[in-house]
Amino acid sequence: MESQHTDKRYEEQLKKLREEILYMGGLVEDQIQKAVKTLVDRDSELAQIIIERDHEVNRLDVEIDDLCIKLLALHQPAGRDLRFITTGLKITTDLERIGDMAVNICERALELNQEPQLKPYIDIPRMARISQRMIRESLDAFVREDTELALKVCKDDDEVDQLNAQIFRETLTFMLENTQTISRATKIASVSKYLERIADHATNIAEMVIFMVKGKSIRHMKDLPPSV
Amino acid sequence: MVAIGTNGWNTEPLGGMMNLQDNIIVPETQTPSRQAGQTAAAQTQNERSIIEVDNVDFYYGSTHALKSITVEIPEKKATAFIGPSGCGKTTLLRCLNRMNDLVLNTRLTGSIKLDSKNIYDPSTDVINLRRRVGMIFQKWNPFPKSIYENVVYGLRIVGINNRSLLDEVAEKSLRRAALWEEVKDNLNKSATDLSGGQQQRLCIARALAVEPEVLLMDEPCSALDPISTAKIEELIHELKDTFTIVIVTHNMQQAARCADRTAFFYLGELIEVGETGKLFTAPEKRQTEDYITGRFG
Repeated sequence: MESQHTDKRYEEQLKKLREEILYMGGLVEDQIQKAVKTLVDRDSELAQIIIERDHEVNRLDVEIDDLCIKLLALHQPAGRDLRFITTGLKITTDLERIGDMAVNICERALELNQEPQLKPYIDIPRMARISQRMIRESLDAFVREDTELALKVCKDDDEVDQLNAQIFRETLTFMLENTQTISRATKIASVSKYLERIADHATNIAEMVIFMVKGKSIRHMKDLPPSV
Repeated sequence: MVAIGTNGWNTEPLGGMMNLQDNIIVPETQTPSRQAGQTAAAQTQNERSIIEVDNVDFYYGSTHALKSITVEIPEKKATAFIGPSGCGKTTLLRCLNRMNDLVLNTRLTGSIKLDSKNIYDPSTDVINLRRRVGMIFQKWNPFPKSIYENVVYGLRIVGINNRSLLDEVAEKSLRRAALWEEVKDNLNKSATDLSGGQQQRLCIARALAVEPEVLLMDEPCSALDPISTAKIEELIHELKDTFTIVIVTHNMQQAARCADRTAFFYLGELIEVGETGKLFTAPEKRQTEDYITGRFG
């Protein structure tokens, strides 16, 4: 169905860009999953490894940016190629931020692992699963140019927001009851906030996918459209 | 289906980077149906169409070169015609000042109006039409005369020989063509001694000397180096304050840089015409998208 470019090298470079973005997305998704694991399993050793691995995410960010800029300069893309490449530029920025959030989660985990566990982690792993799924689906939508899936990701963000609010209330209750818990409770609230931010970044990616496919921006709208 | 206007979605003015007026995401039934040709000038406010091409078919012998072309050319704007070789863009350009009359065995149906008057009406004075609608060709074609005589040639052939008037027109035209500073001390030098880019600008000056309303440019830069090309493009930006410009180009980046509106032709048909920024970022037709992204077989 997809018609090919007359310029085969250009076609190959666009393919390479798509693959690199997907690779970066997969890596970032794994970073989050492992970051939450370091917290739940109280695994400080793994936390160090995950923090180290953020360099790889940063390297990909730079590399993909370079590739996009070269494509823009050398091929003067237009139409959907232009939308694809500019979307690629922005997606990597979001993915890189998500990577940073995974590092932040590990840092809080390292601190929390120094102290006795405040409470069993139930909602945080749930939030992490939804956020991870949102990243995966936003990138699937990107590859398949699937605007319906992208729209679903945007809608899923509400669930994460609600969980974040719930965790905040819960940790606040701990702090009110016993000031000894403040240090741990604020850290848990932070982790929850990081996951909420991750879901926001996934939403950004999904919105950009809709722009890429339809040439129409749905960002900064009060309400999501029921369909695209 | 979407309930229009209940959630601010369809009425939402946020149109992305290019102020996309066509809300592509509106369900099919709600999309205002438009024909490619008629979207031209009429859609943008404060625009008057100087040329109206209405349902034009053109034949070279039995070859059907243009098929039901309807397009409007807005006044004092640059309009670019793009499309692969043989798509009819140059043919249409040449119809706009009846240059195709000079080609044997051609036939045109439909009408082309300049200022609401059909230029194919038998009463049209073709010489006067070509004065009002000047043309610049791919390969510059100065006369083997001095720079000065080239510019004032159009005035001399209508019998104007008043030296001070000719001097005035020569300077004004050469200034408008951004050539004055380079040639003012050598006006009597042979035109053919100039560089290619200068000769092309001289031809533009010659066309401007007779005060046309429309300037047709057929691949004006395709034989020029990038610096000369940039000078001509800069000139196009300046000239469109005074004149209407229609440019045929193979160079899509040139169309993107110079034109306010771009029309894409394919196999004798007008596929899509619209604001240049939109046509090059989010065109409506798949054929346009394939062409501008280089996906043509």
